[in-house]
Amino acid sequence: MSLDYLLTITVFMSVNVILATSLNVLIGFAGQVSLGHAAFFGIGAYTSAILTVKVGVDYWWALVLSIIIGGLIGSLLGLPSLRVREDFLVLATIGMNFVVVSIFNYVPFFGGPYGIISIPRPKFFGHTFGTRAYAMYALIWAVAVVLFVIFLSKRYVRMGFDALRENEDAAESIGVSSPRYKIYAFTIAGALAGLAGNLWAHYMTVIFPDNFSFPVSISIITMVVIGGLGTITGPIIGAVLVTILPELLRFIQDYRMFVYGMIIVFTMLFMPSGIMGFLRGVSNGSTFSRKYIQKIRRIAGS
Amino acid sequence: MNAAVLGSSYVLIAIGLTLVYGVLKILHIAHAGIYAFGALFALFLYERGLSFPLSVFLSLLFAGLVGSLVYEGLYKKVLSRGRIVPLVMSIGLFAAMEDLYRLLWGPYKRPIDVYVPLPDLMSSSLYLSSRGLLVILVTVIALISVYVIVSQTKFGKWLRACANDLQLAGAFGINTDRTIFFGFFFGSLLAALGGILVGLYENTVYPTMGSIPSYKAFVVVVLGGFGSIRGAVIAGYLLGIIETFIVYYFGFLLPRDAIAFLAMIVLLMFRPEGLFGKVQR
Repeated sequence: MSLDYLLTITVFMSVNVILATSLNVLIGFAGQVSLGHAAFFGIGAYTSAILTVKVGVDYWWALVLSIIIGGLIGSLLGLPSLRVREDFLVLATIGMNFVVVSIFNYVPFFGGPYGIISIPRPKFFGHTFGTRAYAMYALIWAVAVVLFVIFLSKRYVRMGFDALRENEDAAESIGVSSPRYKIYAFTIAGALAGLAGNLWAHYMTVIFPDNFSFPVSISIITMVVIGGLGTITGPIIGAVLVTILPELLRFIQDYRMFVYGMIIVFTMLFMPSGIMGFLRGVSNGSTFSRKYIQKIRRIAGS
Repeated sequence: MNAAVLGSSYVLIAIGLTLVYGVLKILHIAHAGIYAFGALFALFLYERGLSFPLSVFLSLLFAGLVGSLVYEGLYKKVLSRGRIVPLVMSIGLFAAMEDLYRLLWGPYKRPIDVYVPLPDLMSSSLYLSSRGLLVILVTVIALISVYVIVSQTKFGKWLRACANDLQLAGAFGINTDRTIFFGFFFGSLLAALGGILVGLYENTVYPTMGSIPSYKAFVVVVLGGFGSIRGAVIAGYLLGIIETFIVYYFGFLLPRDAIAFLAMIVLLMFRPEGLFGKVQR
């Protein structure tokens, strides 16, 4: 296990933390279930790649622009959420993911199925980032994003999101504009995912449409839900687990996806509110854990 | 005629989903896992030397059982946890299922070598292979039996009652648990039938054959209005026809699947309750 391998995993982990945290803003805070988060991720990556490769913009400008464009398109793709709710929204976002990927695939400007190659690594005062510097850089961004979300959850916006999630009609009746907060949520999620896309594209230096296909959305939502919806630490734990798990499971090579799927199923079965929710339940004594604590006491007592 | 065959396959999967969704209101993505299971298991039995109708029958039975066990063992436990938990569970289950099939039966595309005792329909303007004919015939028979079961039998009555209001149905003395169990059994059976027919028509069966139908079936369900069986049937055929025509006349601007999803998004924007759904508030 070389250092480079660990550093690469660190970069993936940071990108996943950003993605999971941004999706958590959308699902866990605002209650808008989206299964098309990879589309935003892809839009960020493609924006940055096209700007640097085809237009020849400096990396730092591309970074800023990919965040802004990610946010703009996020708010644009958030428009359906004003019309449809819940399961319909889930399906609309799945649809958006498929449409975005097929646009990447079929429009020659985006490079088609061969993607965009030779995306430059960022330079800082004439010094190109190596793997080690990039890992640090990605990690710093991940921490910054998490801090931003913590900051966000101390603001009035968070209360608006909570109201929206719990009951849309009730939120409207007390003067929380639901379209406004929905668009806020989609914009924030889109911008952060755009950032993640930028980090990913410039690390990999090659991107293909398939990198942003529907299964990626699934793994992002898996991170959030396994970690614990609506918590700050949950998505981070989920992202770290989902990144590391396939690597740890390498020794069972052939059964990897099977085990991975089963882990998701059983996590949901036994810890439906995610790892963080479960831990919180243990400390607060929810019915589930109380049952188990009683069982343990009984066994210990007898 | 291609459109009719395509539509038939959509309809069979979508009806099963509609039954499940109508009652439980969960997005059952693993439904497509059962669809692939039907085809793979039927082929497995057939290759073991059973006659083809028998292996199809057994496969349908087993697929139904698997479907209802998924409800009994998994969904039932998390129903009270909102909708996203069963959804994520279903996604995980689907990933595990596809990989399990690959491990059990190998990743290869395999043909079904079976003789279909039906004539090829051929005229100057249309051509329909014997297998295509079989697909359409079986679908029509299945649709008629679904109609009879849902509208005429006691079980259909229970199912409709549960779809209307689960708690109220329970309060009126309907065994909702058993009804949902059979709903899953029946829906999964239809999905497996769809899988077998598609496998027959395209003459290939492979573990990941469920990945595209899994999401596309939802498009059909949405287009038809969630929970409306009649809507799902019409939408399935409509989608089959539209897709075929767009691909035929305009060439491959976007792949088939993107067209379907685009249609769905546009429809959702203007008619969020679907083509035949009732407005729910």
